[in-house]
Amino acid sequence: MKKNESYEEFVKGIWRDNPVFVQVLGMCPMLAVTNSAINAIAMGMASMFVLVGSSFLVSLFRNIIPKQVRISCFIIIIATFVTIADYTLLALVPGVHKELGAFIPLIVANCLILGRQEAFASRYPTRLAVMDALGMAGGFMLALFSLGAVREILGDGALFGFRLFSENFEPWIVMILPPGGFLTLGVILLFFNWFKYKKDEFLADVAEAERSGS
Amino acid sequence: MSTDTLKQPAAPSSLRLVMTLAIAGLVSGVAIIGIYESTLPTITANKARELREAVFKVLPDDVSGMQPLVYRDGMFMTVEEPDKDEPVVYGGYDEQGDFVGYAMPGAGPGFQDTIALLYGYLPGEKKVVGMEILESRETPGLGDKIYKDADFVAEFSDLSVEPEIVALKKGTTTQPNHVDAITGATISAKAVVRIINETHAAWAEKLPAPGTEPPLTGEPADNGTAQ
Amino acid sequence: MDNLPWIFISALLVNNFVLTYFLGLCPFLGVSNSLETSFRLGLATTFVMLVTAVCAWVLNTYVLIHAPYLRLISFIVVIASTVQFIEMLIKKLSPALFRAMGIFLPLITTNCAILGLAIFATNRGYGFVEGVVYALGAGMGFTLAMVLLAGLREESELSNIPKLIQGTAMNLIIAGILSMAFMGFAGLFSSS
Repeated sequence: MKKNESYEEFVKGIWRDNPVFVQVLGMCPMLAVTNSAINAIAMGMASMFVLVGSSFLVSLFRNIIPKQVRISCFIIIIATFVTIADYTLLALVPGVHKELGAFIPLIVANCLILGRQEAFASRYPTRLAVMDALGMAGGFMLALFSLGAVREILGDGALFGFRLFSENFEPWIVMILPPGGFLTLGVILLFFNWFKYKKDEFLADVAEAERSGS
Repeated sequence: MSTDTLKQPAAPSSLRLVMTLAIAGLVSGVAIIGIYESTLPTITANKARELREAVFKVLPDDVSGMQPLVYRDGMFMTVEEPDKDEPVVYGGYDEQGDFVGYAMPGAGPGFQDTIALLYGYLPGEKKVVGMEILESRETPGLGDKIYKDADFVAEFSDLSVEPEIVALKKGTTTQPNHVDAITGATISAKAVVRIINETHAAWAEKLPAPGTEPPLTGEPADNGTAQ
Repeated sequence: MDNLPWIFISALLVNNFVLTYFLGLCPFLGVSNSLETSFRLGLATTFVMLVTAVCAWVLNTYVLIHAPYLRLISFIVVIASTVQFIEMLIKKLSPALFRAMGIFLPLITTNCAILGLAIFATNRGYGFVEGVVYALGAGMGFTLAMVLLAGLREESELSNIPKLIQGTAMNLIIAGILSMAFMGFAGLFSSS
C-alpha cells in the first residue's frame, strides 16, 4: 500500500498535475532559459536539486517549525539550496553557468518550489514529500525540455547542438528570441486545453450514454 | 479526564519564533560558507584560465606569459590583484619575458545589449592584432556574426589604429584602418569598432612609450625581479 | 555602458523586464485583467524596485564585499522587509490607498522581477545612480507591459473568442506578439 502511495505521488507530478502545463506555475523566470534543449535540461536539474532538497528538509522539520514563521523558514531553506547549486554549477560546468546566468539565483523566486513546500512537504512524511518533489520536478523538467526542444529545433535547426536539417532550412529565428518563448508555451497550453476539452466531451458522452442506455 | 483533552497547542512564544529563525539562518549560513569555501579554488582557477586563454588568443602566438597592468597615481605598473572596478589591461610576454603586446578589455552598448570584448594591441606598430568577443546578446543570425563570422573576426588580425578604426560597407574598404562591416548587422559591427576606439582613446595617454613597458614579474626563473 | 539614458531606455523598452527577460510573469498573466489595477500594481512595483535597488547597492558596497555568498539570502530578506514596511507605511498614512491596493503588496514580494533587478544590477556592477535609473526604467517597463496587456484583455472581453484559446493560452500568445513588437526598439541608441 505504501509503495503504491509513493508511486502515485511521483507520477502525478509528471503528467496529471504537471506544474507548468496544468497548474501553470513556475514558469516565471524559467521561460528565458528554454531557448535551447540543453539549457532547459540544466535548469530543470538545478530546480530538481533545489526542490527535492528543500522538500526533504521541510518535511523532516515540519513538526518543529512554528506555523507563524514557516514561510520565512521555507525561503531560507530554498535560498540555501539555490546558493549551493549556483556555486556548484559555477565550479563544475562554467560554460553552462554562463548560459543560465542570473536565472540560477532566480530559482528562489520560482513559485512552484515555495508552493510545494506550503501545499505538500510541510504536511506529509518525508518519503512522500520527496516522491512528490521528484514527480513535480520531473514534470517541470519535461515541460522545460519540450519548450526548449521546440524552440531549438524551429529556431536553430538543431537539437542539443546537432544539426537536424539540411543547409537549406531557414530557421525561425524568432523562436529562440523572447517572443518564441511566449508563443511556444501559449500554443502548448492551447493543446492541453484541447485535450481537456476533448476528454470532458468524451466523459459527458459516456455519462449521457449510461443515462439513456441500458 | 485531564484538563488538556483538547490538546490545543499553545501559541509559540516570540522567543521560540526568533530562535527557530536564528537557528535556520545559522545552519543555512554555515552550509553556504561551506560550499563557497570548497568551490572557491576551482572557480578562481577557472576564471584565471579563461582569462589566460582569451589573452593568448588575441595576441601573437609567441606570447606565453601575462600580467595585469593598471594606471595609478600617474604611474603605469603591474599589480598582484587589480581593484574591483579599476580599468586594467593585460601585458603579454614571450618565453624570454620580453613584452609583446597588450590585451585590452572594452565594453559598450551594442544593438541589443552590452558587448564586452578583448582585443590585442601592439603599441610599437600601433595595430590591433586580434579580437575576441567575451559577452554579447546580439540578434542570433545577424548581430551574433560579430563572433560567428570568421571573416569579420579576421578583419581584426592586422588593423591599424591610426587615426582611428572605421567600419565601412563591405567592399569599400581601402586603408589599413578600415574594417568591413557585416551586411545586415551594421550596428553590431560598428559597435565593436566604436568600443575598440573608445577603449584605445581612454588608454592612449596612460600607456608608456613603446619599449618601456613594465617587465614581467612573478614568473619563475625567467628574470631577476623575483618578489 | 555607464550611459544613463541607455540604461533607462534599455530597461524600459529594448530589454523590457517582462517581454524580454520573462520576469514578473505571475502578476503579468494573473492580475492584468483590469487596466486600473495593473497600473496601480505597476506603480507599487516600481516603488519597491527603487527602494530595493538602493538597498542592494548599500549591501553590495559595504557588506557583501566580505561575504559574497550571502548575497541571495540578504536580497530576499531586504525585499520581504521592504514590502512589509511599505505596507505598514501606506496603512498608516493613507487608509484609502491601502484599501485600494492592499492586496497587491504581498504579491509584489514573490515578484521575480524585483529579485531579478537586484541580481542584474549587481552583475553589471551598477553604482548608486545607475541602480536607481535602472530600477526606474525596469519598473516603468513592467508597468507599461502590464498596462498594454490589460488594455488588450479588456478590449477582447467583448469579442467572441474560441473556447480553446481562452485564458492563459491567449494571454501568452498576446504577450508573444507584444514581445515581438518590442523587439523593434532594439537599436534605438545606435550611435555613429
